[in-house]
Amino acid sequence: MDKKIIDGNLALIEERKDFIVCNKEEKGKKIKCDSQSVAGAVSQRACVYCGARVVLNPITDAVHLVHGPIGCAAYTFDIRGSLSSGSEEYRNSYSTDLREKDIIFGGEKKLTAAIDEIMELKNPKLIFVYSTCVVGVIGDDLQAICKAAEKKYGIRVIPVESSGFVGSKSAGYKAAGDAILKILELDGNSEGEKKGINFLGDFNLAGELWIIKGYLKEIGIDVVAHFSGDSNYEQIKEAPTALFNVVQCAGSMTSLAKKFEDKYGTPYTKVSFFGLEDIRISLRSLAYTLGDFNVIKKTEEFVKKMEKETTERLEPYRKKLAGKKVAIYVGGGFKAISLIKQFRDLGITPVMVGSQTGRPEEYEIIRKLSDENTVVLDDANPSELERFMREKGADMLVGGVKERPLAYKLGIGFIDHNHARKHPLAGYEGAINFAKEIDLTVNSPVWDIIKKNGMGIE
Amino acid sequence: MKDKNCVDVNVNPCKMCMPMGACLAFKGMEKSIVVMHGSQGCSTYVRRHMAQHYNEPIDIASSSLNEKATVYGGEANLKKGLKNVLKMYNPKTIGVVTTCLAETIGEDINRILKDFMVEEKISSEDLTLVSVPTPGYGGTQFEGYYLAVRKMVEKIVEPSEPNKKINIISGLMSPGDIRELKLILERFGIEAVILPDVSETLDSPYRGLEFEKLPEGGTTCSEIKTMSGSLATIEFGVHSREDHSPGEYLKKEFGVPLYRIPIPIGLENSDTLMKLLSKISGKKIPEYYVKARGRMLDAMIDSHKYNGEGVAAVFGEPELVTSISSLCLENGITPRVISTGSNIKKIRAFLAEGLDKYGDEIVVLEDTDFETIRSYVKEKEVNILIGHSDGKYIEEKEGIPLIRVGFPVHDRIGAQRQVTIGYDGSMNFLDILTNTLMAQKYQSYRDRMYKKYYKEDEDVKEVTA
Repeated sequence: MDKKIIDGNLALIEERKDFIVCNKEEKGKKIKCDSQSVAGAVSQRACVYCGARVVLNPITDAVHLVHGPIGCAAYTFDIRGSLSSGSEEYRNSYSTDLREKDIIFGGEKKLTAAIDEIMELKNPKLIFVYSTCVVGVIGDDLQAICKAAEKKYGIRVIPVESSGFVGSKSAGYKAAGDAILKILELDGNSEGEKKGINFLGDFNLAGELWIIKGYLKEIGIDVVAHFSGDSNYEQIKEAPTALFNVVQCAGSMTSLAKKFEDKYGTPYTKVSFFGLEDIRISLRSLAYTLGDFNVIKKTEEFVKKMEKETTERLEPYRKKLAGKKVAIYVGGGFKAISLIKQFRDLGITPVMVGSQTGRPEEYEIIRKLSDENTVVLDDANPSELERFMREKGADMLVGGVKERPLAYKLGIGFIDHNHARKHPLAGYEGAINFAKEIDLTVNSPVWDIIKKNGMGIE
Repeated sequence: MKDKNCVDVNVNPCKMCMPMGACLAFKGMEKSIVVMHGSQGCSTYVRRHMAQHYNEPIDIASSSLNEKATVYGGEANLKKGLKNVLKMYNPKTIGVVTTCLAETIGEDINRILKDFMVEEKISSEDLTLVSVPTPGYGGTQFEGYYLAVRKMVEKIVEPSEPNKKINIISGLMSPGDIRELKLILERFGIEAVILPDVSETLDSPYRGLEFEKLPEGGTTCSEIKTMSGSLATIEFGVHSREDHSPGEYLKKEFGVPLYRIPIPIGLENSDTLMKLLSKISGKKIPEYYVKARGRMLDAMIDSHKYNGEGVAAVFGEPELVTSISSLCLENGITPRVISTGSNIKKIRAFLAEGLDKYGDEIVVLEDTDFETIRSYVKEKEVNILIGHSDGKYIEEKEGIPLIRVGFPVHDRIGAQRQVTIGYDGSMNFLDILTNTLMAQKYQSYRDRMYKKYYKEDEDVKEVTA
C-alpha cells in the first residue's frame, strides 16, 4: 500500500477535531457534541424521523403512518426486536407513498384519504402520522388534517413533527415525547391516589422489559405504564397516576420525563439495568425513593441473591475475557457509561468510547471512568473508528449494524448492542448473555486462523 | 384483481426508494463513493440496509442538509461534503445522488458540481463526478439503479475506435452472480466491460490490516470510456424505461447494437444469453455449457413431480421477479402470485407465453404492497414464497417457507455469494426450491397419514362386525 492511501485512510477532517479527545493528552479540552453532523463526514447518525419512529414504534396497538415517499416507511418495516404481549399492529409500516404529482399539488388529500382507508381496514384507537423531509418542504398541514380526522372518527390521530432536516436523531426523540404528551393532554387519567412507577426508555428488545418488570414485582414495585416497549393506548393514559418516572434510555426519554414533571409534577430518576453494578444502584434507588421499608428489605435480599448467583455464573467468563480491549461506539452516552462499567467488571479495558448523541455531562462521566489513554469521541465516522481501533489494538467493537462489517474486516470481534438483536442484554440474565456474547466473538477459533495465516497461504 | 388492497396507503412496502438503487449501482464502479445530497437519515438508512445484506462496510456520505440549507439552498453543504469525502477516501468517482429534499428545493446540481471542479482546481482526469436525480417520490430502487448506470455512461463514455469487447449492463445481480458471469465469458473467450461490476467491491476478501475503505474492483472509467466502440451491448433488464436504459444511450449516440434480455435465471433465459454471446462473438458455445445445460435438463426431469406441487408467490425487484417466474413456469411450479412494488406494467406481457394457459389462476401485481401480497398468498393457497427478506412477516404469520433471494436479505447470511444465474446457478437455485417443497411434504408425512387414515381398533371392529 502506498503512503498516500495510508495518509488518506487516517486523515481527520479539520472540523471533526473538536469532537475527539484523548483523555491523557487533552485533559483541559472540552469535547464538542450535541451539534449538527459535518457534511461529508460520513456520520453514523440517522435523522429526526428515525429518532421519532424508534421511540414510538413499540407502542403496539398504534398504526404508524408515514406521510411521505416510500423510502422512510420501507426502511423501518418490522426491523426492530421490540416484543409485544398483545397487539402486533406496530409491526406494520404504513405510508402515503407520495408520488411526483402529490409533491406538486400537495399531499393533504392523500393523507386524509389514507387515514380514511386505515379506519376502514383496521379501526385503530391511535394513529401516529410522521412527517418526512418532503412534507416539511411542501408544507402539508398535518396538524389540521389530524385534528379533522380525530373529530371525524373520535380516535386519537397524533402528528409527529419529524421532517428529517429539522435537526438530528435527538430532535426526533423530542418529537416522539411531544407526541406522547399530546395523548396525555386529552386522555391522561390523573385522578385518584398515585401509586407505582412509569418505566421510560425500554423498548422491550428480546423481552428486556418483561425481565425488569419481573424484578420490580419481586421487590414489590408496581409498573403503571412503560414507554414504549410493549405499551398500548389504554396503558399510556394511566401514566399520570404514577408516583414517579424511571428513565432508562436517557438519550431518548429525558426530554419527555422533564415535560412530564412540569405538567404532572411527577419526578423522575435515571436508571440502567445493564451490568451488575448499575442494576444494584438502580433497584436501590427505586426502593429508597419509594421509601417503603418492606420494599427496601426485599430489594436488598433480591440483589444479594441475584448477584451471588450471577457472579458465580460469570466467573468462568471472567477468566476467559480478562485483559481484552474494547472499542465502544453506541447511540447514546448513558448506554456508553453503562457499558464501560460492565466491561471493566469483566476485566476488559475500553480503549475508545464514543456515541452518536451523547451530551456534555455524559462525556464528562465517560472521561472520568476511562483510562488516561482512552480516545473519547462524538458522532464518529468509519475512518475515525478504523483509525482508533487500529491504533489502540482493540479486540472487539460494540456498536450498531453498520459498524459490524468494519470490525470484521479489521479482523476483530463485534458485540451487537442494537435494536435488531435477538437476545436480552439487560438484567442479570442479560449480564450473562453479554459475557457469553463477548466470549463467542473474541474467543472464536477464527481469529487464531487469521493470526496464523490470515494473509495468504504462500 | 386489484394491484393493491388500498388506494391511498401502502401497507408494508415491497419496494425501496430511488436513491437506494443509485447507491447499489455506484458500488460497481472502481474507487467510487456516493455523496447523498439530502438530510442525514437517507444515507444512514441506505448504509444500514446494504451493510446488513452484504456484510461489507458501506460508506456513503451525506451533505447533511439542515433547516437553514433547506431554506437558502444546500450548495455550501454539498461542496463541503465533496471536499471532506475527497480528503478521507481519495475516490476516483463520486456519485452525487439527490433525495426528496434536494429535488424539492430545486438544487442545480450540475452547475454546483461544475463550479466545484473549477474552484478546487481538480482535473477531470483525477476525479469524475456523476450526478443522478433520484427523488424518493420519482420511482423505486429499480428506476434509481438503471438511471444511475445511464448517467455514468452519459457522463463518461467518449467516442472511440471499434474494439472486440461486449458491453454488459449487469442489472441488480449479486457479487456471486457477477463472478459466475465472468466465468461464462472466460469460458467463451470473450472480453467484456461489465457495468456495474460489484463482484469484488461488495464481496471483498479478508485482507486484515491491508483493509481499504474503498476495496479493489469495480468497472474503471477507462473501460467505460470505450463502451462506445464495443461490438454490442447486452443489457440485463427488459423493463426499464428507454430514457433510463444505458444500452439505449449507447445505441442512439454511438450505434452500438443493443440486446436487452432477462437476467439469465432458468433454462430459457440462460439459453438466450448463451446464444447471444455466441452470435455476437462468432464463437461456439463452450463444451462446458453444452454439458451444463444437459445436466440442468436432467435435474429438471429428476425433480419435476415435486415441483409440480409447488405454488409460489414471487416478489421483489421486477427483473428478478420476471426471471424467477420463468424458472418456476418451466418447472411446473405455478407462480400464482407474481408481484413487485415497482410500477412498470410490463411483466404480464413479457411472460404472456408462459402465463396464458393459466388464465386467472395467476395474478400479476405491480405497484403493490406486502399486505396485498399476503392476502393473495392466502387466497391462492401458496406453499412457497420466493423473494427478499421483507417477506419474512408473511413467512412467520402464514407458516409458509420463504426462499430468500434478491435484495435485501437481512436475516440470513451469504446473500452476496448466492449464485442463481446460468445453467449451474439456476439448477442449484431450483434444487433449493424443490428441496423446500420436498421437506414440507416429507417432514409431516407420517403425522398427516396417521391423522387422516388411522382408526382406533374399536372402530375397526365395529366396521368389520
